[in-house]
Amino acid sequence: MQTLNFWQKLYIPEILRGMWTTTRHFWTNLLGNRHTVTQQYPEQPTYVDERYRGRHRLMRKEDGAPRCTACMLCATSCPALCIHIEAAEHEDPTVEKYPGSFTIDELRCVFCGLCVEACPCDAIRMDTGIFALAAYDRGNFLYPRNLLLGDDEPVNIAEGKTPAE
Amino acid sequence: MPKKLTIDGKNITARDDATIIQAAHEAGITIPHYCYHPKLSIAGNCRMCLVELEGRPKLEISCNTPVGDEMVVFTNSDRVIEGRRGVLEFLLINHPLDCPICDQAGECGLQDYYMQYGLNKSRFQEEKVHKGKVVDFGPDIVFDGERCILCSRCVRFTQEISQTYELGIFNRGDTVEIATFPGKKLDNPYAGNTVDICPVGALTSKDFRFKIRVWFLKEVKSICPGCARGCNLNVHYNQDRVYRLKPRQNEAVNELWICDAGRFGYKSLNDRRVLYPMVRQGADLARTDWQTALEQASRALQQHAGAGVGMIAAPQGTNEDLYLLSKLADRVSTADQVLLYPGEPGDEDDFLIRADKNPNTRGAEAIGLPAPSSPEATAALAQAIEQGSIKVLYAIDTDLAAAFGAEAAEHLAAKLDCLIVQTSNERPGWQQAHVVLPSAVYTERDGTFTNFEGRVQRLNPAFAPRGEALPAWRIYQRLGQALGQGDDYASAEAVLMELATAVPAFDGMSYAKVGDLGRLLLSDSTAHKR
Repeated sequence: MQTLNFWQKLYIPEILRGMWTTTRHFWTNLLGNRHTVTQQYPEQPTYVDERYRGRHRLMRKEDGAPRCTACMLCATSCPALCIHIEAAEHEDPTVEKYPGSFTIDELRCVFCGLCVEACPCDAIRMDTGIFALAAYDRGNFLYPRNLLLGDDEPVNIAEGKTPAE
Repeated sequence: MPKKLTIDGKNITARDDATIIQAAHEAGITIPHYCYHPKLSIAGNCRMCLVELEGRPKLEISCNTPVGDEMVVFTNSDRVIEGRRGVLEFLLINHPLDCPICDQAGECGLQDYYMQYGLNKSRFQEEKVHKGKVVDFGPDIVFDGERCILCSRCVRFTQEISQTYELGIFNRGDTVEIATFPGKKLDNPYAGNTVDICPVGALTSKDFRFKIRVWFLKEVKSICPGCARGCNLNVHYNQDRVYRLKPRQNEAVNELWICDAGRFGYKSLNDRRVLYPMVRQGADLARTDWQTALEQASRALQQHAGAGVGMIAAPQGTNEDLYLLSKLADRVSTADQVLLYPGEPGDEDDFLIRADKNPNTRGAEAIGLPAPSSPEATAALAQAIEQGSIKVLYAIDTDLAAAFGAEAAEHLAAKLDCLIVQTSNERPGWQQAHVVLPSAVYTERDGTFTNFEGRVQRLNPAFAPRGEALPAWRIYQRLGQALGQGDDYASAEAVLMELATAVPAFDGMSYAKVGDLGRLLLSDSTAHKR
């Protein structure tokens, strides 16, 4: 343990020295933002790393159909059991099946990324950078297939949109 | 004259006419195989069951090599494993590698043995041979030609077990394919078994296809309630939903097969269920709690106890249910007013399917319930209700519209003071009830059925009853308590224990003794065989 010298034991000068540091930071932060770490979120979008695991999205094939083959490997690997897929028979016999419905419960999701690793078709990715999901209703956190495919803009504060009523 | 041989260093005595694979399986040594099936003739075409015999230069297929004295067999030597790897590589040459979208994945012979013996990179550079995909074989069966390894189990099944001869092997070389004969469909009462015996994803069930991946399924041993045969089943379920039924081996009952009617009987477990007790309020049935419903039912039964109470029950309940029902019936009704309504007899064959579509008629008989009622007896009951001598009718698992006729059932319900309907599903006529008591289905409860041969067989609960449904025996117990009878049973087994002391035919019966394969009733003339 550090022993205090006479000057420090006087107490008041040390208090004043500390106050001086605080005051100096106060004024430098107020008058110029050279040293500030505060981000003006949500007014200014924040930096998201390239490999950041954000909200999922589903990819499409060249013909526009979902890449997903409803093999359920993502649902199998999911530790939070948040992926619900209902496979449907495809009319093209070589395609076999496709996801008739594909729902991710983003409230249950722990954003571990195992679904992305499990997918043999690169059909699901977490590269959207969307991390602040918000809604007025729990049901709205069940992201259906069309939202995950990007057919419809999701409600999202991170992107500076106000949630629709 | 039994043969003595050595398999993998284990001394084994085998039947004279056994093959090596049979002798090994009986001794608990598994040999990989595709085309061999214990219930079908030997085809010997898949070459997967190769074993090494001491003193023979080549590997032999164990499914078609009879055992011999002093034979020394190796099922896991380096040469055998090398041979299996080669066989697997050939089988996989034209097999598509799309396991993630194949419905068999997770229970596929190719996957399993590849993980055990293969694990080689494909050396096949040429274009794979393409064959028919999603070929419609019949009402429930879809065929994928590319996934087929031509083991011919399904063909042999239609020739030897169902004897309907719908399938054949056509063409040759690498275009060889299994198909239905021109103008024929794979449509017989046992067609679903071809899906079970297919070791790969070539034959799949339209009903089950893509519904769920098999590794999400859990399994529980049960008994088919579809007819008096009582085929042994494995119920495959996830959470509180049953997805399919598979036959379970019991040589004394169904060997390894079930009929399609039984196979699809699971749908009533999921759909059109009655889940909550209800009482009549004006024109509608209103949901209520058990206490209110039981009070109302017991008040009506008590008020008219004796000649005023009629009972009509289908022999759908377990032995435990029917025993407590008979006790309740003794208390509130008179013997001639308790009917065991068997429903219309269905079709029958000389293999598994029985005309009596109730699982427990024999049990009801052994317990001392009246014999299945004749149409005259049902008419007499209707007459008694019409004349007003019967004021309360307790209908259990009964299709009232079928028993009395749709219009008559409605008319009779209006005549009654109280119609108590106990049912697991929405059956015709149930909505006329004054009190509805929801009962649990067979996958939600413990119990035993007695099949037509007198074999008592065990049901196991897969999951808790849906909604507020209760096992029927517990409903009778609680009704009895409401009537002041006071019997209290901790479990269905406790009911069986009492039944075992009360009814000589069930003497010594317990769940442990019933086991997985059932136990015959004692009074049965065949009982001494066990």
